[in-house]
Amino acid sequence: MKVIYKLGDDISTDHIYPGRYMATVLPTETPQYAFSDLQDLNTILNEGDKSQTRIIVAGSNFGTGSSREQAVSTLVGHNLLIVARNFARIFFQNSINLGLKTIICPTIEANVGDNLDFFDNKIVNSTSGKEFPIIPIPEARKAIVEAGGLISYTRKLVLERQK
Amino acid sequence: MGLTLVQKILSKASGVETVAVGSVIEPRVSLAMSHENAALVINQFNEIYKNTGLPTKVWDPTKIAIIFDHRIPAESKKTATNQKLIREFVKEQGITKFHDIRGDEGGICHQVLPENGYVLPNTVLVGTDSHTTTHGALGAFAFGIGATEMASVWALGSVLNVEVPASIKVIVNGKIPKGVYAKDIILFLIGKLTNQGANYKVIEFHGEAIKSMPTSGRLTLSNMAVETGATAGIIPPDKETVRYLRTIANYQGEIDMLQPDENAEYADVIEFDVSNLSPQVAAPNFVDNVKPIKEVEGTPIDQVVIGSCTNGRIEDLKEAADIIRGKKVAKETRMLVFPASYRAYEDALHKGYIEDFIKAGAVVMNPGCGPCLGIHQGALGDGERAFSTTNRNFKGRMGNPDAEVYLGSPAAAAATAVFGVITDPRKLQEGK
Repeated sequence: MKVIYKLGDDISTDHIYPGRYMATVLPTETPQYAFSDLQDLNTILNEGDKSQTRIIVAGSNFGTGSSREQAVSTLVGHNLLIVARNFARIFFQNSINLGLKTIICPTIEANVGDNLDFFDNKIVNSTSGKEFPIIPIPEARKAIVEAGGLISYTRKLVLERQK
Repeated sequence: MGLTLVQKILSKASGVETVAVGSVIEPRVSLAMSHENAALVINQFNEIYKNTGLPTKVWDPTKIAIIFDHRIPAESKKTATNQKLIREFVKEQGITKFHDIRGDEGGICHQVLPENGYVLPNTVLVGTDSHTTTHGALGAFAFGIGATEMASVWALGSVLNVEVPASIKVIVNGKIPKGVYAKDIILFLIGKLTNQGANYKVIEFHGEAIKSMPTSGRLTLSNMAVETGATAGIIPPDKETVRYLRTIANYQGEIDMLQPDENAEYADVIEFDVSNLSPQVAAPNFVDNVKPIKEVEGTPIDQVVIGSCTNGRIEDLKEAADIIRGKKVAKETRMLVFPASYRAYEDALHKGYIEDFIKAGAVVMNPGCGPCLGIHQGALGDGERAFSTTNRNFKGRMGNPDAEVYLGSPAAAAATAVFGVITDPRKLQEGK
């Protein structure tokens, strides 16, 4: 999988999805506004091929700030995988709930155009030849991911608890 | 080892003797709050029940609060239609804690909740807003969640798979000097901790400066605790908490004065003295870019904003009015004031602060989130600079990525409005 863009530390939800587009209700309405104040990235996302998973590599504290879920659904709509040194709490939980692919990789080094290969415990940058360990998602979150997101997970519980 | 306040609250809420840090629990929720993003929650809530054959009913309509604040009155037909959809849902489900766009009960969610006695110590409160941390000021474990998570709470009455967070004990010693406020203390702490220093942790506030601080200031501290990445910012309840609940929030029921154990285990302990603290600002474009105000004094400002869930309470409006009274907003500067609730607005009206603002040349707007997040009021022009009492200054936050936002106290904001450049408020407080 190819890295299509590289971002720094502290990318806030205001960067990812500006507040002025927050009246959107349906997760399908949000992708067009992803990074709309970062014109080159917005263009890459909107005009690129969404059929393949594309990688954005970021620094630490990705998704800091607001709890707005549009910041996650907008990225899901672009079929992205976010590799970051770490994520802000609410953003990370929203990613698990909505099925955004995220990987915590505290030492990741990669440039635009690099090819990354993913394994259970590491990322291999096949362009640079370097390997980087990854932090697996907490056990408690795995059940939600395996259920296909929080909606289906909660639906299952609602039905079970009904009995 | 003893337990932190949050461990104790979560033990009760999940019905077990004690919860260890890192363990995974499903705490019951006492209050679930949303604002206009309830429209998105409703969409996800309906999805949960799709094809289940079960009635689409919330777990407890008396424990859900919906407060319109982000875009009031509606700025577009899309927002107006969302608000209409929410009103219909509120009626259909029988949701009791609903605050519409009204001059007698509305305002910002984080002000309306405490003012109405909806927030109590030893409870779990979730909200679809990151500044839900505000309510930790009254001893609740209060944290922000996403809309889908809220839909799940509406269905189950609990939050799934919560990892019990570790706490950082922050001890604030000393006497707060003149011209320095809760806002300066929390900015100072954010600068110290950085914007991810407390990620996944809870800040538990202690110390004599907190003990002697009224709830209005405590709400400011807990509100901005999230800017360190913290899940929550909690203050153990005391005499002041009881005073606020009884006399301001008019709550007459039982109050659980749950305290952390003396020998609780903390991830870190941070102690500082505020007796010599000077007014602080967060300079663009990060909330942890904190410096003493003297380092940026003289920076020209196009727009001053006073209000928000951080600093729109009556005490904040007084702080600003006391400075601006009898003076004029500088010719090249605009000043916008938006009280945090209609109650604060009415209070300010009776006390003459609204008149002080208007006569000085400020524009007083309706209570709500206003310009804070760049949605529909008070956007900035290209290359403009704002000084604001709000909580975030990220690039683009106030509606324009080519503008800058400085954050500070209401007193500093008012002094800045008078001179049109960033000004230490103590300059106008001599002899007062």
